[in-house]
Amino acid sequence: MKKVTEIVMPQLAESLVSATIDRWLKQPGDVIDMYEPICEILTDKVNAELPSTIQGTMIKILVGAGETVPVGTPVCLIEFEEEGVEDASHAPSAGGAAGAAFAAASPGAGSGERAAVRMQGAAGQTQGDGDDSMRHRFSPAVQQLAVQHNVNLSYVNGTGLGGRITRKDVLAYVESSRSAKPASSGAASPSATGMPAMNSKEPVRSTGLHLSESPRIPKVEIEGQQLPGRSEYFIDVTPVRNAIARNMRQSVTEIPHAWMMMEVDVTNLVTLRNKLKEDFMKREGVNLTYLAFWVKAVVNAIKDFPIMNSVWAVDKIIVKRDIHIGLAVGTEDAVKVPVIKNADQKNIAGLAREIEDLARKTREGKLTLADMDGGTFTVNNTGSFGSILSYPIINYPQAAIVTFESIVKRPVVINDMIAVRSMANICLSLDHRILDGVICGRFLQRVKENLEGFTLETKLY
Amino acid sequence: MPKMDYIDAIRLAMKEEMERDEDVFVLGEDVGYKGGVFTTTKGLIDQFGEERVMDTPLAESAIVGAAIGAAMYGMKPIAEMQYSDFMFPATNQIISEAAKIRYRSNNDWNCPLVVRAPMGGGIFGGLYHSQSPESVFFGTPGLKIVAPYTAYDAKGLLKAAVRDPDPVLYFENKKCYKLVNGDVPEGDYIVPIGKSNVLREGDDITVISYSLPLHFIMEAAAELEEEGIHAHVLDLRTLQPLDKDGVLEAARRTGKVLIVHEDNKFGGIGGEVAAIIAEEMLYELDAPVMRLCGPDVPAMPINPPGEKFFMLNKDKVKEAMKRLAVF
Repeated sequence: MKKVTEIVMPQLAESLVSATIDRWLKQPGDVIDMYEPICEILTDKVNAELPSTIQGTMIKILVGAGETVPVGTPVCLIEFEEEGVEDASHAPSAGGAAGAAFAAASPGAGSGERAAVRMQGAAGQTQGDGDDSMRHRFSPAVQQLAVQHNVNLSYVNGTGLGGRITRKDVLAYVESSRSAKPASSGAASPSATGMPAMNSKEPVRSTGLHLSESPRIPKVEIEGQQLPGRSEYFIDVTPVRNAIARNMRQSVTEIPHAWMMMEVDVTNLVTLRNKLKEDFMKREGVNLTYLAFWVKAVVNAIKDFPIMNSVWAVDKIIVKRDIHIGLAVGTEDAVKVPVIKNADQKNIAGLAREIEDLARKTREGKLTLADMDGGTFTVNNTGSFGSILSYPIINYPQAAIVTFESIVKRPVVINDMIAVRSMANICLSLDHRILDGVICGRFLQRVKENLEGFTLETKLY
Repeated sequence: MPKMDYIDAIRLAMKEEMERDEDVFVLGEDVGYKGGVFTTTKGLIDQFGEERVMDTPLAESAIVGAAIGAAMYGMKPIAEMQYSDFMFPATNQIISEAAKIRYRSNNDWNCPLVVRAPMGGGIFGGLYHSQSPESVFFGTPGLKIVAPYTAYDAKGLLKAAVRDPDPVLYFENKKCYKLVNGDVPEGDYIVPIGKSNVLREGDDITVISYSLPLHFIMEAAAELEEEGIHAHVLDLRTLQPLDKDGVLEAARRTGKVLIVHEDNKFGGIGGEVAAIIAEEMLYELDAPVMRLCGPDVPAMPINPPGEKFFMLNKDKVKEAMKRLAVF
């Protein structure tokens, strides 16, 4: 028995309210496997492929490439073969005009659950007025009743405004499942049948206060389009650009920044790296970059000054025990901050490998949300683009950010003699609510000591 | 059981109380020989004489002030304000004197005073004959405030007010005088102050109100019943002290609450009722608490379209009830 279900825009992150379809990988008529990517989506945090939640045939695309839709919006319709045969009397007859009527129930599910599923016509119109805007806003009464009666609200039909589930809907559902229970006892529960048809909407979360925070992405004109008689042109603000703008603005408006800089003699480190890098490349297949040493030096300094790894929470300061180092990685048109998790538990070789891995993923646009989540302190290798001094903006809501500038050979006075040494600057921006000059001075001094302490005896493993 | 008009129930209550207790007396403007501008006290002077039905000068502060003195002395005065709009010259006496006598004398003195005042609009009375003054007095502990809607309550609450040992403001609705008619049992009974009353049971929405708007609500509820919307209607009856338990019980019934009053919304009784619900039963709410009230303008306009705009009616109430029902 052929049935049709919809695939909805998933909630990829807590703060996500909408996403843009970049391009479709499947077209109507294509056969689709479970978990096979059907399209690519752009969000302001990450680009991702949307896997199919069901095996079947795509019959219609509802949201075209380039369109931005709210989370939870159906993006396409998939036709699938239903195992087992339901009695047809439950299928709605109203959809007949569209060629077929579809009951979206899973096999063996009780009639109460079947009635609760919102059904989908072939033409792509939801039954009723089609407004689902309140479908996932649950009133306190509804949530309380759901907990009390152990009801999964995704199975409850909403009769309220915008598809909202009312208190009475829950009560009616409880009543109907109670009366339906004897009949369907022994039947597998919907989640146990392995049929994702009913669950296609389940992973979508759209509750929570943060939802309204992301501003709508402004629609500007097409990239590079020249307007006659004008000496300027517009560039579309991409979701990523928008996110960068928002985060930067939030950081500089909320965090009182202060800044300091120290000079480091990295001559020994340069020697060490030059000695090891060929071998390391051969053995590990990974470039031994200075960044791995930078990160090691910072992580060890954070262990000595844990307050650097903290967050301002107005009435308290939250100090994080885990050290997850974010690495600012620039691309042509954006900057992303993938995170090295538990950086303090990794040696230099491990850091080098992970840095390489994250940098490659960033360049290829394959970072996942998990790669960018949970950073507690950020390191930026500004020297990689030739800077010798920079004033970084703190990666909100962290307490500080460190940059490493270009290594340059300079004449330096040592023991009243002039020597040529490899020198580099390290810069620190700090949240002055949490941190002051003295502690940060000590911290930077410790980073400096750690860096200058790398010698030919230093072990990578 | 005899049916009678709201106004007749009020008159009957005064008559019976004056017969029952000779300390009870009535004073006010034109309450004697004229029998009151609305005929509320008609016939009382013939039965009880001018010493117990006293015509007073046009001075509300003096009417209430004299009544307070008499009450502290042990009498049971019923002071009539011709319109509740005119009660403001007596506000000082009511709020600063009557409400505080028991408290400031550490229980040595009390003030068994009743102030009757016809409230509300819709009678083409304009700015100074249509006001709803309850919110002015609502926030004063020491006062009791009742606002009956049915003829039954009009009699029972007035009797309770007369027998109450503390000052009671009795807001009778002048539009209800002849509009509301209902069963009033013969004989003595009282309606307890501080108890709300369920006028109608339902499980879709809860409507909480007092005084005249209940008339529209009951009409609208009957029509909505045919559309499958079952409204639970609560008459507060007493505004001060509010029947918290009654409010919460009614609100819990449906989790969707609409509060209706003719007094303007801002600073009105509805805000306090909504706050009680928000404080006590957030987790049982199924919709934001709604209020339907008079507009926040200085007073009822005298022009007919203006008055119509200001006043609540069945259609306005029904629309609000429906909006809440579909939420």
